[in-house]
Amino acid sequence: MSKRWIVALKVAAHAACLAPVAWLVWRLWLSVTTQPGALGPDPTHTVTFFTGRGTLRLLVITLAVTPVRRLFPKLGWLVRFRRMLGLYAFFYACLHLTTYVWLYAGFSWSAMVDDISQRRFITAGLAAWLMLLPLALTSTTWSIRKLGGKNWNRLHWLTYAAAISGVVHYWWGVKSGVKTPLTITVVLGVLLVARPILKQRSALSVQRSAASDL
Amino acid sequence: MLTLKKSEIPSSEITPKQTYMNRRAFMTSAAAAGVAAVAGERMSRVMRPAGVEAAEKLTLVKSPLSTTGVTPTSFEDITHYNNFYEFGVDKGDPARNAGKLQTRPWSVQVEGLVKEKKTFDIDALLKLKPLEERVYRHRCVEAWSMVIPWAGYSLSEFINACEPLPSAKFVQFISLADRKTEILPFEAGISWPYQEGLRMDEAMHPLTLLTFGLYGEVLPNQDGAPVRVVVPWKYGFKSAKSIVKVKFVKSQPSTTWNDMSPQEYGFYSNVNPNVDHPRWSQKRERVIGAPIFRQLQPTLMFNGYADQVASLYTGMDLKKNF
Repeated sequence: MSKRWIVALKVAAHAACLAPVAWLVWRLWLSVTTQPGALGPDPTHTVTFFTGRGTLRLLVITLAVTPVRRLFPKLGWLVRFRRMLGLYAFFYACLHLTTYVWLYAGFSWSAMVDDISQRRFITAGLAAWLMLLPLALTSTTWSIRKLGGKNWNRLHWLTYAAAISGVVHYWWGVKSGVKTPLTITVVLGVLLVARPILKQRSALSVQRSAASDL
Repeated sequence: MLTLKKSEIPSSEITPKQTYMNRRAFMTSAAAAGVAAVAGERMSRVMRPAGVEAAEKLTLVKSPLSTTGVTPTSFEDITHYNNFYEFGVDKGDPARNAGKLQTRPWSVQVEGLVKEKKTFDIDALLKLKPLEERVYRHRCVEAWSMVIPWAGYSLSEFINACEPLPSAKFVQFISLADRKTEILPFEAGISWPYQEGLRMDEAMHPLTLLTFGLYGEVLPNQDGAPVRVVVPWKYGFKSAKSIVKVKFVKSQPSTTWNDMSPQEYGFYSNVNPNVDHPRWSQKRERVIGAPIFRQLQPTLMFNGYADQVASLYTGMDLKKNF
């Protein structure tokens, strides 16, 4: 993959990640100015689900990068998009958290403490965000160097924990019986199962090629 | 060019004006209602915005049981933001999918502890008593709320016509479950048909409405046509839609959400800001159709109907019997 292609694809990826936010901001602007219904009948709910689903989708896409590279070694360059996707996932998670703090809790500490202590779905969601935080903070090349590749890798396994916590948050947040979080759960499940299998496979192929070198 | 621009008012601007006019019409006539309470007078106090395809109009009389001092939610939101899982779990699904529902012919079977089994035709039900306009607050267990100008008469009138036996302590409502006209989606997780129920004294309370319309017209399909119950002091799911069967029973009947998740949805499910749902606080609610930064408002005990209904629950621990 030539450098020029990577740059072009990065621009496209930025656009793809920002377009939904731009749409949301535009609708928000319309809803407070000329078109009250621009975000639907329940705007708070619309923004919450929009940012929440966005976070989970981006997290899952980020997690898919490594298995896809293992499956298709030619797509090795995809790793250069992983950090960016992960940071966008965190960005969406921050928007989602802001929606909660602002529109649901109305910036009330007591309401938030109440929620965190009593409502497991809030706890799970907050846990997911707290797990993403150190990952975002250590996303710089400097921190990778400082931590050392191995430690950094180990820390960034938290992405899986955050994604699981996020999906649990989704399940606990919807009415019992409702199965809308099923798709994202299945995709995450496949990724979790694929990871060790593909790792073993690539380890085997490395061994094999090492053996044939002898 | 100026004149052209003037005529090009986006539809988004029209709705609030209509709503405003409705509010005015509503308030004027609500005031008039106090002066001239003439039963049988044709009322069209709360009118649906013009321009929307007209449905069958109902002749309504005013009712002292109608809630005053509230602003009805727009017809658009009441008919496009629905929890009616028979037609899909998304709020917009019922408006999209309820078109196939056949509301004629329709009959309601009455059975259980009654003098004799009966079947009421929908048109007979419509004529049983004069239809009243009842503006009620509507509070969903999901912490959102509306104000809806319903049309119907007290369920007690219908129950009297059913002639239940003294041994009947509860009444159960069964909604339509028909694969040909409904979707009955798997994602809903519901074992159809949808069932709801009330204690006899709750069902006989004058506020409990057997409902046939809203905004002065027959119920749109997505709002539970052709006949439903509305219990304004309980969370919305207690108000069964598209009812095909009413059963009078001795003990607390099976109700859909309570069966599915009893720790979340009590049989009573009275609106109560002091008893939180495990998933969300019930202290506040989001007003549907309100601007995003002004959506939150405090939830009232019994949804604001405490004066009328609190006595039904004297001596009961409402935290235990949530």
